[in-house]
Amino acid sequence: MNDNLDGNAAGGILQEVFPFEMTTALGTCAGCGATKEMGALSVYMHGMGMVIRCPDCDNVLIRVVRAKGEYWLDMQGVRVLRLRGFNTTS
Amino acid sequence: MERTALPGRLSWQSGEVVAIRQETAHAKSLTLAVPQWSGHRAGQHVDIRLTAEDGYQAERSYSIASPPGVGQQIMLTVELLNDGEVSPYLVEELRVGDKIELRGPIGGYFVWEATMGGPLLLVAGGSGIVPLMAIVRHRNAVGSTVPTRLLVSARSYEEIIYRDELERLAADNTGPEVIYTLTRSAPPTWTGYRRRIDADLLKEVAWAATGHPLAYICGPTEFVETAATDLLALGYEAARIKTERFGATGGT
Repeated sequence: MNDNLDGNAAGGILQEVFPFEMTTALGTCAGCGATKEMGALSVYMHGMGMVIRCPDCDNVLIRVVRAKGEYWLDMQGVRVLRLRGFNTTS
Repeated sequence: MERTALPGRLSWQSGEVVAIRQETAHAKSLTLAVPQWSGHRAGQHVDIRLTAEDGYQAERSYSIASPPGVGQQIMLTVELLNDGEVSPYLVEELRVGDKIELRGPIGGYFVWEATMGGPLLLVAGGSGIVPLMAIVRHRNAVGSTVPTRLLVSARSYEEIIYRDELERLAADNTGPEVIYTLTRSAPPTWTGYRRRIDADLLKEVAWAATGHPLAYICGPTEFVETAATDLLALGYEAARIKTERFGATGGT
């Protein structure tokens, strides 16, 4: 399979790794500086994981590979990742 | 800093098929009883995982069609993709009483709640109507009167998913306005649109941008790109256009 999807489809895999709802996490592209919710990014699924790209400049923000019981995250293309949706009590 | 209320990582759970409904020649709605279901918001999806006897696994995302608040049951509508790995099993093999693995709800981006207001413009290409139907059903279930227009693009009249329900909803004064466009064939008496969506069609159908409408577009990638680009050109705010696309397979 090799489908051009969007960050909504990445929500499940990302939430395997991060304990947050990830489609509303904000990612800043290291290529062009655009900040978008993950749900609005381009996602390409492949057999072992996925590639998340900036829809504006096509820079790869995050690569996720699942293999032999390990997750490999290449995140050099995302300058800032802002996670939302939890409360702090102090 | 003390952390609380982490939503938590997702775990797989079991859902039992309790009802199956044929929606069109190629699409079925599956009602699943999920004992551990934590509830969902309109527009969210689940991942479904199938495991073959040799251990090979395939996962796909499917939008939830049912509105929030129906207890421990969710309804998915699945369209058969001929070259799909998962949909042929879900559409053709699955029977009432079977169990499947799923996890969710997933997503917070392509979600609508009544407090988010409108006016709402929902643009559906093919089976992209599924999460938008959850939004419409939620809107009506909570008695929201947010002005809502639903634009449905389908290949033919017969391939309009939820056709009977949409006609009932549209006949109700408080329901959404429903506008159809058929891209491949239409009944001889058809008076609706008969082409793929384009800038002119959206200009006629969409709310004026001056009212700060909120738009949700779901369908195949090319359909979503076209609709989003055209709405931006009409003056819609980028932050108020939410999109959800599926791969090159499937059609409008």
